[in-house]
Amino acid sequence: MKNRITDLFSTHSKNILSVFYTAGFPQLEDTVRIAQYLEKAGADIIEIGIPFSDPVADGPTIQASNKVALDHGMNVPLLIQQVKEIRKTVTIPIVLMGYLNPVMQYGVEKFAKDVAAAGVDGLILPDMPVYEFEETYHDLFASLNLCKTFLISPTTSEERIRRIDGITNGFIYAVSASSTTGAKGGFADEQLAYFERLKNLKLKNPFLIGFGISNQETFSIASQYSSGAIVGSAFINVLQNSTDFETDIFNFVKALKGKTSQP
Amino acid sequence: MKYDVDERGYYGKFGGAYIPEMLYPNVEELRSRYLEIIGKEDFKEEFHDLLKNYVGRPTPLYLAKRLSERYGATIYLKREDLCHTGAHKVNNTIGQILLAKRLGKQKIIAETGAGQHGVATATVCALMGMECIVYMGKVDMERQRPNVERMRILGTKVVPALSGSMTLKDATNEAMRHWINNPTDTHYIIGSVVGPHPYPDMVARFQSVISEEIRKQLQDEIGNPYPDYVFACVGGGSNAAGAFYHFLNEEHVNLVAVEAAGKGVDSGESAATTALGKPGVLHGSKTLLMQTTDGQVIEPYSISAGLDYPGIGPMHAHLFDVGRVQFVSATDDEAMNAGVELSRLEGIIPAIESAHAIAALSQYQFEKDDVVVINLSGRGDKDLETYIRWGKY
Repeated sequence: MKNRITDLFSTHSKNILSVFYTAGFPQLEDTVRIAQYLEKAGADIIEIGIPFSDPVADGPTIQASNKVALDHGMNVPLLIQQVKEIRKTVTIPIVLMGYLNPVMQYGVEKFAKDVAAAGVDGLILPDMPVYEFEETYHDLFASLNLCKTFLISPTTSEERIRRIDGITNGFIYAVSASSTTGAKGGFADEQLAYFERLKNLKLKNPFLIGFGISNQETFSIASQYSSGAIVGSAFINVLQNSTDFETDIFNFVKALKGKTSQP
Repeated sequence: MKYDVDERGYYGKFGGAYIPEMLYPNVEELRSRYLEIIGKEDFKEEFHDLLKNYVGRPTPLYLAKRLSERYGATIYLKREDLCHTGAHKVNNTIGQILLAKRLGKQKIIAETGAGQHGVATATVCALMGMECIVYMGKVDMERQRPNVERMRILGTKVVPALSGSMTLKDATNEAMRHWINNPTDTHYIIGSVVGPHPYPDMVARFQSVISEEIRKQLQDEIGNPYPDYVFACVGGGSNAAGAFYHFLNEEHVNLVAVEAAGKGVDSGESAATTALGKPGVLHGSKTLLMQTTDGQVIEPYSISAGLDYPGIGPMHAHLFDVGRVQFVSATDDEAMNAGVELSRLEGIIPAIESAHAIAALSQYQFEKDDVVVINLSGRGDKDLETYIRWGKY
């Protein structure tokens, strides 16, 4: 069985841009057209966030987008419908990112089956413990051909990174700093040292760097060490202020990938 | 023991450590070291010395004669309200700050709802000369002004939580975010038996001094360490965990947890988690949680700011699940009436949290010689405004 994420990384190893946005933001039905515009603009992976009332790993920008989406009535069944709609035209990989509780209430097994059927390629569930995935869901995800991405941070030990690498399928999400999501300006030296350390670990899986990627400079630096980067809060800010999604998304993606060569 | 947390941090199907990877090293450091540290002689000595000479322990077990007469039983009040800072919360903050010091941490963060845990944390930070930041929902800061100022006098920085509903659960979210952003030099003192493993077990152990003392005091008083009933109110559940702890394996001791029903369990304005909640994940553990069918956390309501938490500790979720603890509830009005009743009968104005435990007495038919212990977790000084606004006294 083919998976769009593993296909992408098997043919591209540099400058992969994954763009995160919150489902149902700024308007409930925007989820679909944002995905369409992202593909058109040249994004490589679409990462859609499932809104949650208590997003502890997120900074103010993504928190606020979660609240707006929930106020609109965004939920998992609706998102699955939207993904089906997206899949009618969009062919790049789709990853869903969500805190465990809404997924748990839907039923983790049913969720995995339904999103895989809708055309999702991978999942990021940041507060699902590694042991729970290993023992309970690893085989299910594999049978559905769903990639599972885990986060690692600058304080994650090498031993644990290797364990995570061992159970990951697709890519690893390397959080750039000990922080919640959101722009911080540029990278400090210790962050670059951490990227270098990761690069030298020669992991089985490729990794993308996320958190604090906000512009062409940070994207380009991150891409020097990794297969590419994930941008979230900066894109949410664009959506928040945009009156013309198609143009603004196009310009945002172009500006980020800027001087770097297309994958 | 049967009701202890297992090696992986579970009480039956509840508990665990459901945290983003950025918190894993902090929590893992704590998990791998807490038992070794709190088991050492020097720790125990310092902990018990401070509990005795600073907090004022042991707190009295007081035979409440007029209350006993009123309810037809032999009722004792465990006077946690006499602890320094006015509630049981300080038992835990003393334990955790000693632990934080031994972990080499320099800074302390905490969340607070009504402000009692915030004050207890600010107090021990002043005592130990450690920098302290307390997150408190903006709405709670307005409701609990005196506690905000108490923390500030003690040298703590109080930061308003501006996200979500701006109350306790949001203050907890903000404290967790702060910890994610400051992973190496900071210890997070959680105030209840909630959060990722090992917090529920660690906090329960520090609070277990309550039931340890009750056993000794009853032995001296009636020649038998076992009461027939122990009553305690439950928000997150730290005072109940402490009051139940050393009785859990004595199945003949009836343990009663009293939740806040707010304006009524089915009124839509309640904090009765076992009646209204379903298993879910919040603040790092799998537990019973008030939530929508979509899995969004519901903001609970109670007149008592210390009980309006949307979950309960995983230990309590398990004790409810297996039927070891009876969970009942009391409404705002029942609790307020009970608070005034205790004031009139015994000259003790209880915290509104603790008044919920008193209010549940009327739901039981006691035998005259039944020995009932009520954990009077806090004093009512902080609630004066609420008593005044309620006005029926």
